[in-house]
Amino acid sequence: MSLSGPNKLARSAWLSDRARESIAAYVFLLPWLIGFVFITLGPILASLALSFTNFSGSLERMQWVGLDNYIRMFTSDRAYWGSVRVTLLYVFVSVPIMLAFALAVAVVLNRGLRFLGIYRTIFYLPSLLGTSVAIAVLWRYVFGQYGLINQLLGLFGIEGFSYIGDPRSALQTIMVLNVWTFGAPMVIFLAGLRQIPAQIYEAATLDGANAWQRFWSITLPSLSPLVLFNGVLSMIGGFQAFTQVYVISDGSGGPAGSTMFYTLLLYQRAFTQLQLGYASAMAWVLLLFIGVVTAVLFLSAKYWVHYGEGR
Amino acid sequence: MTNPAASRSQRSVAAPRRDTWSHIPEGMRPILAHTALISACFVMIYPLLWLTASAFREPAAIFTSPGLWPGEHFTLENFVTGWQGLGFVGFSTFFANSLIVAGLSVVGNVFACALAGYAFARLNFPFRRTLFALMMGTIMLPLHALLIPQYILFSSLGWLDTFLPLVVPKFLATEAFFVFLFVQFFRTIPGELTDAARIDGCGHFQIFWRIFVPLALPAMATTAAFSFIWAWNDFLHPLIYLNSPQNYTVTVGLSLFLDATSESNYGAMFAMSLVSLLPVVGFFLSFQKLLVAGIATTGMK
Repeated sequence: MSLSGPNKLARSAWLSDRARESIAAYVFLLPWLIGFVFITLGPILASLALSFTNFSGSLERMQWVGLDNYIRMFTSDRAYWGSVRVTLLYVFVSVPIMLAFALAVAVVLNRGLRFLGIYRTIFYLPSLLGTSVAIAVLWRYVFGQYGLINQLLGLFGIEGFSYIGDPRSALQTIMVLNVWTFGAPMVIFLAGLRQIPAQIYEAATLDGANAWQRFWSITLPSLSPLVLFNGVLSMIGGFQAFTQVYVISDGSGGPAGSTMFYTLLLYQRAFTQLQLGYASAMAWVLLLFIGVVTAVLFLSAKYWVHYGEGR
Repeated sequence: MTNPAASRSQRSVAAPRRDTWSHIPEGMRPILAHTALISACFVMIYPLLWLTASAFREPAAIFTSPGLWPGEHFTLENFVTGWQGLGFVGFSTFFANSLIVAGLSVVGNVFACALAGYAFARLNFPFRRTLFALMMGTIMLPLHALLIPQYILFSSLGWLDTFLPLVVPKFLATEAFFVFLFVQFFRTIPGELTDAARIDGCGHFQIFWRIFVPLALPAMATTAAFSFIWAWNDFLHPLIYLNSPQNYTVTVGLSLFLDATSESNYGAMFAMSLVSLLPVVGFFLSFQKLLVAGIATTGMK
C-alpha cells in the first residue's frame, strides 16, 4: 500500500477519477463482455441469420432460402405442431400446479412450526435433482410396467399399466416430475411470507376475517410479486425441459410422439438430421414465443401484482 | 403497539367467526400440521429411498419389492458390476471427467461473475444501465436459441470432444444468474469501507481484492455450490460436444449405460444412478444454508 499512494498521485495527474473508474470497470467486465459478445449476442444473431438458410454443416453448400424454414415449420412439418401442443400442455398445466404446491406448503411451513429446517431441506432437495439423468432413469422405473407405482397398487389388488409406455399417460409422468421440484419456488415464497408483518394478520383477525379470507386478502396479494417472479422463471425453465424427456423416451419423444417436446424435436432436427438452418428457425420461434409470454405476464402485472402501499 | 397477550385475549373474545381451524382445539393444530407435513415429505422422498434400497437389492428382487428394506436380498454386487460401466470405459472415468468439468466450472463462475458483479454493483461507467439490462436479459434467454451457433463456433475452433465448450463459457461469466447474485451481494456492503480504503490510497483493484473478496465468501460459496450442481447435472451440452465415451461425463455415461445394459441389469443401473446423485446431495447438505439464502435472494433453482 505504501507503493500505491504516490503511484496513484502520479496517475491522477493525467486521468480524472471518473475516467480511471470507467477504465477499471471495463477491465472488471472484460470476461463478461467477451462472453456476452461471442457466446451470447453473436450466437443469437447468427442463429437468426442461419434460420433463413439451409445450412447443414458445410458453408460452401449453404444457400439463402428466405422464409422457407418458417413456412415448412408452420405448414408441412408433421411433428412440429404436435411438439408445440405437448410443450404448451406441459408448461401451462404443470407450472401452475407446481406453484400451487409451493405456495400451499410454504404457508403451512410458515405457521411457526418446529423442525422447519428439516422440512425445508426435504422439500427442496428434489428441485436440485429433478433435472438429472439419474432421476429420469428412476422415473422410468417408478412409472414402468413393473415399477414402484404398480407394485404399490398391486398391494391393493389394482393392476396398473406402463405409464411411461402409454401415450395417454407418458406426458403426465413428466409433469409429475416437474411438480415434484416445487421446492425451489417454495423457498422463495417462504422468504416472502416472512416479510409480511404479523400486525396485518392480527388486525384482520380482529375484524373477523377467517383463515381463508386472510389468505386471499393478505397473503396472496403480498406474495403476488413473487408469484410473478416464480411464474416467469418456472415457465422459462419449463419450455427448456430436455434431459427428463430425452432419457424417459430414449430420445424418441415416444410413445406415439406423446413426449415429443419442442426442445427434443429441435435437438433431433439439429443434431441427428443436421438440419441446422431449420433448427435455428425453430429456436428463434421459441425465443420469440417465450419473449411474448414473458412480456404478457409482466404487462398483466399491473392488474394483479401489488408492490406494497408505498407506491 | 400490539401487546401479544392483549391481542390474544381480544382475539378470543372476537365476534363469532367462521374460522376453518376453529373447530379444532388449539393444541391439536401443530400435531395435525406435522402429520400432514411428514406424510408429504415421505411421499416426496419415497422414490429416492426406493432407489437407494433397490441399489442394494439383488436385481431379480427389485421389481417385486416396493418396500425399503433389502432384507435377505441384500447385495453389494450392483455397485461392483455397475462401476465397471461398459467394460472398456468405467464409471471411474465418467466421475473423473465430471469432477474436472464441474470443478473448472466452479472456478470459472466464481472468478468471472465476481468481477462482473463488482463492476455493476460498485463502479460508475458509461453504458452501465444498458449493459446491466442486457446482462439481466440474458438470464431469460432459452439456451436452445444459442446452441447451434455455439456448436458451430466451438467446432470451428477444433474444440469438439474436449471439455473446452463446457468450461470456457463459465470463465466468461455467461451464467448471468451468478453475476446478479454478486451484484445483489456487493450492493449490501457499506460505502464507508471503500471510502476509507480510497483515502488510504487503494485503487479499484485493491479495494476489490482486499475488501470485497474476503467479504463475499458467502456469495462465492453459493455460486460455487450451484455451479457445481448445475455442471454436474448438465446433460445437453456434454451430449452434443463429447463424442468418445472416454470423455463422457457421468450424465452422458449413465445414459449410454442405460441404452447398453439396463434391460439386462437393473441393479447396476440403480446403483450407478444413486452414486451419480451423491455429489449433488453432498454439496447440498454441506452448503444448504447458503443455497437457501441464495435462492431466496435471486430465485435460482
